[in-house]
Amino acid sequence: MSDTALLLEARDLAKRFDSVVALKAASLSVRAGEVHALMGANGAGKSTLVKILTGVFPADSGTIAIRGVNRSVGSPADARRSGIVSVYQDPALVPDLSVAQNMRLAKVPMEAVRERLSQLGIDDLDFDTFIRDLPYPTLRLIDLARALASEPDILLLDEITAALPADLSERVFQMVRRWREMGKSVIFISHRMAEVSALCDRATVLRDGSTVGVTDTTRGSEDRIVTLMLGAEVAAAETNALHQPAVQPIRPDGPSALEVRGLRYGHAVNDVSFRVNAGEVVGVAALEGQGQQELFDCLAGARRQDAGSILVAGRELDFRHPADAIRAGLVLVPANRMLALLQQRSIRENVALPAFRRPRAWGPIRMGAERRRVEDAVRRLQIDTRAESEVRRLSGGNQQKVVIARWLASGFKVLLCFDPTSGIDIGTKRQIYALVRELAATGASVLLFTSELPEIPLACDRAIVLFGGRIVGEIPASEADEVTLLRAAHGLSPRMQATP
Amino acid sequence: MNAPSGSGSEAASEPAPLATASGPLGRAFRRHPTLFGMPALLVAFLALTVAIHPEFGSFDAQSLAMGALPLAMAAAAQAVVVLSGGIDLSVGSVMAVANVLAATTMHDGSFGESLLLSVAIIVAGAAVGAVNGLIVVWTRIPDVVVTLTTGFIWGGVALLILEKPGGGAPDDFLNLGTGTFMTDWLPNSLIMVVAVVVAIWVPVFRSRVALLLYAVGSDRTAAFRSGVNIARTRVLAYIVGGLFSAVGGLSLTMITGIGSPLAGVYYTLSGLAAIVIGGVSLTGGRGGMVGPVIASFVLTLIPTDLIFLNIDPNYGQVIQGTLIVLVVMVGGFFALKRSRA
Repeated sequence: MSDTALLLEARDLAKRFDSVVALKAASLSVRAGEVHALMGANGAGKSTLVKILTGVFPADSGTIAIRGVNRSVGSPADARRSGIVSVYQDPALVPDLSVAQNMRLAKVPMEAVRERLSQLGIDDLDFDTFIRDLPYPTLRLIDLARALASEPDILLLDEITAALPADLSERVFQMVRRWREMGKSVIFISHRMAEVSALCDRATVLRDGSTVGVTDTTRGSEDRIVTLMLGAEVAAAETNALHQPAVQPIRPDGPSALEVRGLRYGHAVNDVSFRVNAGEVVGVAALEGQGQQELFDCLAGARRQDAGSILVAGRELDFRHPADAIRAGLVLVPANRMLALLQQRSIRENVALPAFRRPRAWGPIRMGAERRRVEDAVRRLQIDTRAESEVRRLSGGNQQKVVIARWLASGFKVLLCFDPTSGIDIGTKRQIYALVRELAATGASVLLFTSELPEIPLACDRAIVLFGGRIVGEIPASEADEVTLLRAAHGLSPRMQATP
Repeated sequence: MNAPSGSGSEAASEPAPLATASGPLGRAFRRHPTLFGMPALLVAFLALTVAIHPEFGSFDAQSLAMGALPLAMAAAAQAVVVLSGGIDLSVGSVMAVANVLAATTMHDGSFGESLLLSVAIIVAGAAVGAVNGLIVVWTRIPDVVVTLTTGFIWGGVALLILEKPGGGAPDDFLNLGTGTFMTDWLPNSLIMVVAVVVAIWVPVFRSRVALLLYAVGSDRTAAFRSGVNIARTRVLAYIVGGLFSAVGGLSLTMITGIGSPLAGVYYTLSGLAAIVIGGVSLTGGRGGMVGPVIASFVLTLIPTDLIFLNIDPNYGQVIQGTLIVLVVMVGGFFALKRSRA
């Protein structure tokens, strides 16, 4: 293909924030009618590149050409006029406005949005509903529909499938393919390698702020991409980990660490009972909105169940506040790291925070002891501490590690992980799952919900399946392949029907 | 797919009888609780006042409207800025400047001249608002800091213009605030409140500008990504706020007949109180204009009632504070009920 067919060509973009270099020499060329993956580990500079392309902030140097003409993209509105529209990782919808008002705000024709939404499988959305009252996956689809309605030449999808249930992800993929058939281009950012090889034509790989390679994404290119992303040596180690699910024999008769009996919360959780033994990792498999959020909230003390009981180490407990759950040893790692961390404070303060909950910890802080404990946890989790003075400047993966480090430093019995790897790069994901296994090996228990079903056999001993607020199945890790889990999560029988 | 079921269960669990009503009324109630709650609160307070003071007459109605007029303007000024995600602590000082400017320049003038001067002062108010907004946007210093300091400056300017209470304005001009229209029961000051709010807020509300204001106040990042010019919108909010503040200062001249460099200061915080009672979220993006304006009447009634009851009016502050807490608590309680549904 000749260069004239290039829809977008970004050359040698560089950007620094104070002393931190976010981009060194990022280049990206996108042909008309292709789905182009943008890959890179956390902190490689993907988000920065996306923000420059969509006019959130300008590059320090480098050029952006659209259809061969150099352009400066000064604002999102500017980018839109140039034909670049982005769906960001967090929905760009204003919570206190209705759906219709949000569309008017972006000057997008309402009918086109309605049409795109129905193509995405949402026919009955009331456009007068406030954005704040809608569930997250719906917001992502509305955001996508709005982006499509302005008929962009280049659609930028940043982690669109993160936290989307499998059925909705599939609809998004169909839409992306349709977009490509119309001769338009899509820049697709995802940490899920399977999606990339199934959907994308080519991939540009970033490492440490520079473009390190452009490659076709045919089947079997995964290893090459991982090598590019991580650098040769790290990649060798990672690929090994990739092919070695860390399943260990379960100890079914171990002491019970957490037991839930007949738990009910509104209509969301119905008569849920299960048990997590000491040293066991139990996965929770569920499509979006099957009650997993409410279940985890009840266990973490953020909501109070209507009926049923929670037993920790055999003792029935009544949580009125997350502090009660934490005291009992039930600690939460939420999907949204913003909710768990003090964004403007240092790693040290964030990790040490729960240690100050007891009155005897009041009074002067023993800085020496605190620093040792924090450093211990930071080292164990390999947290990148270059930007330690403010947690909000860390990458998503490192932020998630800080949340886990906090509980490591303060001690816990059961770690409640709610989609801990959403929006995290593949390398850090593996680290987090290896860590989960390591914790279990030392006798801690983990309850893990993940929206990425293939991860369940990698990290868990067994999985419970939630559907419509009830437990509809329990699957040992050895049988928990994606197909089985997906069928179960849809409320179908776990085993494949024999097909004639 | 998810939306309709969500709003359905919300309706079912709402405890208030009005809210379970289906149709547009029930819906409007759920979406804008203060639009119904505030008039109810005002009626309750009026009923209380009449109960305490059965001889409540047209004169009392006039003093209520006169007392509420500048407060309503301060509340409106604050509401616009807070809706857009800012806060303006210079409202009272700007009112004071407008007040003393009017009282000194109009002193020996005719009615016509006083009207022309009013227009000039209102334009000046908008300019002052623009300065606040531009400083906030350009320097990125927090709104609280900028408007607190500009508030000090304008407070000083008011003293420079008029050292001690004095000055005046033509009787016809004063009559705009103190007189009545047709009947003794329809004070001009009440008409002023309605007319000014309609003249300034309705054009904003009916246009795209309101959408921008609410969007910027609700989620600046999302608004920016939707293509909204954040800086321009925020400056615009301060300009509209400045318009209301200037009218507030003029109305002070009308109802007191003089200029007083220190009279305005009180209105910064009472204006804030009025918007909180009136259902405007201090974090921006939520609320409206009707709530704060009605709330300023409620806040004016409290000290009046205390006088009728022969209670030390200084208790007014205590009762006003208690009321704010109660109203915010009730609002929070309903929000909690909804989120549990």
